[in-house]
Amino acid sequence: MTITFLMDGKEVTAQDGQTLLDVARENGIDIPTICFHEATTANALCRICVVEVEGMRTLQPSCIVQAGVNMKVQTRSEKVVRARKTILEMLASTMDLSDAPDILTMMDDYGASRERFPGAERRESDVKDDNPMYIRDYSKCLLCWRCVQVCADDAQYTYAINFEGRGFETQIGTFFEKSIPETTCVMCGQCVGVCPTGALKPKREYMLEQGKTPAEISVMNTGRKQRKAKK
Amino acid sequence: MIKADRVVTSTCPYCGVGCTLQLHVKDDFIFKVTTPFESPVNHGNLCVKGRFGYDYIYHPKRVTTPLIRKTRQEAGKRTQAFDLSEWREVSWDEALDYVADNLVRIYKRDGSDAMAVYCCAKATNEDNYVLQKMYRALFRTNNVDHCTRLCHAGSVVALQQAVGSSAMSNTASQVVMNDVFIVTGSNTSENHPIIALQMKEAVQKHGAKMIVIDPRRIDLVDMAEMWLPLKPGTNVPVFSAMAHVIVKEDLVNWDFVKNRTENFDEFLESLEKFTPEYAEEISGVPAEDIRRAARMYATAKNAAIYWGMGISQLSHGTASAMALIHLAFLTGHVGRDGTGLNPLRGQNNVQGASDMGSMPFHYPGYMRVDNPDNRAKWENAWNIEEGGLSLKLGLTTTEILSNAHEGGIRALYIMGENPMMSEPNLNLTRHHMEQLEFIVAQDIFINESAAFADVFLPATPFAEKDGTFSNTDRRVQRVRAAHPPRGMSRPDWQIICDIALRIESRLGLSTAHWAYSNPEEILREMGSVNPDYAGITYDRIDKEGLIYPVPHMEHPGTPTLFKESFPRGKGKFHALDYVPVREQVDDEYPFILTTGRLLEHWHGGTMTRNSALNEIYPEARVEIHPADAEIHGIRNGDPVKVQSRRGEVVVRATVTEKTTVGVVFLPWHFHEAAANLLTNDVLDPQAKIPEFKACAVQVFPARESDLPNPEVVLDRGRY
Repeated sequence: MTITFLMDGKEVTAQDGQTLLDVARENGIDIPTICFHEATTANALCRICVVEVEGMRTLQPSCIVQAGVNMKVQTRSEKVVRARKTILEMLASTMDLSDAPDILTMMDDYGASRERFPGAERRESDVKDDNPMYIRDYSKCLLCWRCVQVCADDAQYTYAINFEGRGFETQIGTFFEKSIPETTCVMCGQCVGVCPTGALKPKREYMLEQGKTPAEISVMNTGRKQRKAKK
Repeated sequence: MIKADRVVTSTCPYCGVGCTLQLHVKDDFIFKVTTPFESPVNHGNLCVKGRFGYDYIYHPKRVTTPLIRKTRQEAGKRTQAFDLSEWREVSWDEALDYVADNLVRIYKRDGSDAMAVYCCAKATNEDNYVLQKMYRALFRTNNVDHCTRLCHAGSVVALQQAVGSSAMSNTASQVVMNDVFIVTGSNTSENHPIIALQMKEAVQKHGAKMIVIDPRRIDLVDMAEMWLPLKPGTNVPVFSAMAHVIVKEDLVNWDFVKNRTENFDEFLESLEKFTPEYAEEISGVPAEDIRRAARMYATAKNAAIYWGMGISQLSHGTASAMALIHLAFLTGHVGRDGTGLNPLRGQNNVQGASDMGSMPFHYPGYMRVDNPDNRAKWENAWNIEEGGLSLKLGLTTTEILSNAHEGGIRALYIMGENPMMSEPNLNLTRHHMEQLEFIVAQDIFINESAAFADVFLPATPFAEKDGTFSNTDRRVQRVRAAHPPRGMSRPDWQIICDIALRIESRLGLSTAHWAYSNPEEILREMGSVNPDYAGITYDRIDKEGLIYPVPHMEHPGTPTLFKESFPRGKGKFHALDYVPVREQVDDEYPFILTTGRLLEHWHGGTMTRNSALNEIYPEARVEIHPADAEIHGIRNGDPVKVQSRRGEVVVRATVTEKTTVGVVFLPWHFHEAAANLLTNDVLDPQAKIPEFKACAVQVFPARESDLPNPEVVLDRGRY
């Protein structure tokens, strides 16, 4: 069934069940996204894609809200812009966005300030370097959940990682804090492929960033590491 | 953040799935691999090998200078030289002249039958085409084969006999259109990981029912509707019993049988004895499960079969694949989208290498070499006098080595293959390699086979050359150089063409054309004679591959085969009998050994053992069932000796229900504990494929100090 409604004052059509984000993209209307990815199930976690829908009390995440008959949607109202700007400022105050150029560009677009919440506690942790394929730097993680999703039913059906902790302490982790090789992980790196902020990164890319030369990196895995026998 | 100098789109060099890779290059060094989510093959997903396993390109042991052995090797006394100190670095001119001089010397003395070549399922279509052309056009021999003989020869022969074509009938991405599908003899999650994801998606998101028929409790069993754990090598009784049920319960698609097949009556007669109870007795699979699986497959709207080497790598591999084909014939589950007969091909380009005629019975395009009309076509294409090419069928991979003796094969050219790991009964293979008079190795590492060579020609891996790979579902895709070749190494096709020119001038032949300025000219030459590839140009496959047959320039490709008819006309049923595995268990050798592959490794290990992949799976483990382990006093991680009538290895045991009682499993990637020292070199009489999947062994406790590398211990949590 085809639905007609208004988006930014323009009449648009949608198929039944289509999300507002999808309709906006079809009509060339730009709605920013961070946690949304075409290959994963949308969860409306980051809220950057919110829009204003007339008659609804709160802003609506366009990645999951479906188009409805006679809806009136504003994708860039003052309220929407303020919300997006605040979301970006909160992200910038608590996490390391240095590997997320798209989000940094978004901050410029929305005039978001890195100094808005100067005393905020930052979510910081040491780089987890426990396997030869990829590293995990959760100081750069914004908890978009994509890595967990592709490890589970959105791609790999391996279930090696999940959320751990609550509230501000929430982080992506393994069960019983096992190292990656000890989990069910098959090291496919689907998680690395969908990480939007460089929190997950191929080991070789990480080593280049650390100033290692290609020649140095190339000899790193050539010697047998001694391992503890495990009974 | 590292900014890439360039991002080059290419195709994965590991398995037959053919995933799209984006190689991120900085200072001529690939530091990251990604894949586009819109790729029709892998939809943004990769496995550990594709995403991380390319570092062998930069391994310090890679050889990038032509080498000649310092000590002259003699037939019968040939030795292996792994150390560079045993080789002399030479110029390309010296190496190529040395190869041409020796090959021509032996050819002039002993003739065509002394010459043989192993083409390579890892190399591009273009590389393979020119190499088989060199041997056919210059040395006038069909002793051309490659590792397809060792993986799917049984499937290829059965499909050729039954339908007249030997590739997957449908694409892998059609898995999600199946209502019911059978996975048999394939540990898909480890060997075709991305197809396994699509199988899981089909079950979880599209409501398909999966039936796993395999001696091992593989990862896919978690999501299967049924698991039929048959004893290795009992495929024919199980599949034939399923056919028996379909016939006896009248679940036959009679329209299909009448209109599309022939020889049904003879088949029916042979089927009579294959009752489910008979199959249960032989295979251990409960008769009732066989009935249920047969009904589920036969009554589905769309059903398909996917199979791997558990079907083909048997001394009755052809019959085993034939028994599966019968199921599709009886039910008509072939020739429509979401159905089909789908052998999952192992190597990235095993389909393509076969298409290119890297086989002893066929020119490119599966044209029989013993047919004078086919011969005339290639004589014309290669500028050869009438009647110049050989009509004699060549020797197969295993036969080439077993004929390595005075009066037999004297010179062997090996491109990228590693028979000293991949042949059965390696102690015998070693003996055969020693008998050769001259060996050329064209590779990137001095592997177990190249170590036997007289001359080493440093070729390039996939990331340093242009060309095409044809994946398991017949999709011809581009391979693109990400950076220039390391050192003095050169793309295979260039090395071959330079040698061919040298041979031609020494033999005084008029030229068969070797002056290609790029690999596309090679593909076009092949496509001008092989109609399957006639409509494929690099331009047409620039963005997305084409699925052959592509008979002309406007043709969109053919994802589903056999819609109207089979290439041979009607599908042909064959009467089958049950032939047991050649080597049966007894008191001395009470276990059946079955071999296979691991997610983290690739075949003989030339690539993955020289990669960080080796760090995450550093040792071979023999899998043994807890019930068997208890009887023999074997605990998880204990060193054990696995012994057959032909050889022995010492490895640690993994005590697991992933294998079944009476069956032990060993991966064959590890040279220090090579599973193929144990395997039986008995061949399928039609396909000449060895019986890798079943032989009799004993397992004894051993000491830590008996292990080849006691300090190395696998420590992984994956299933």
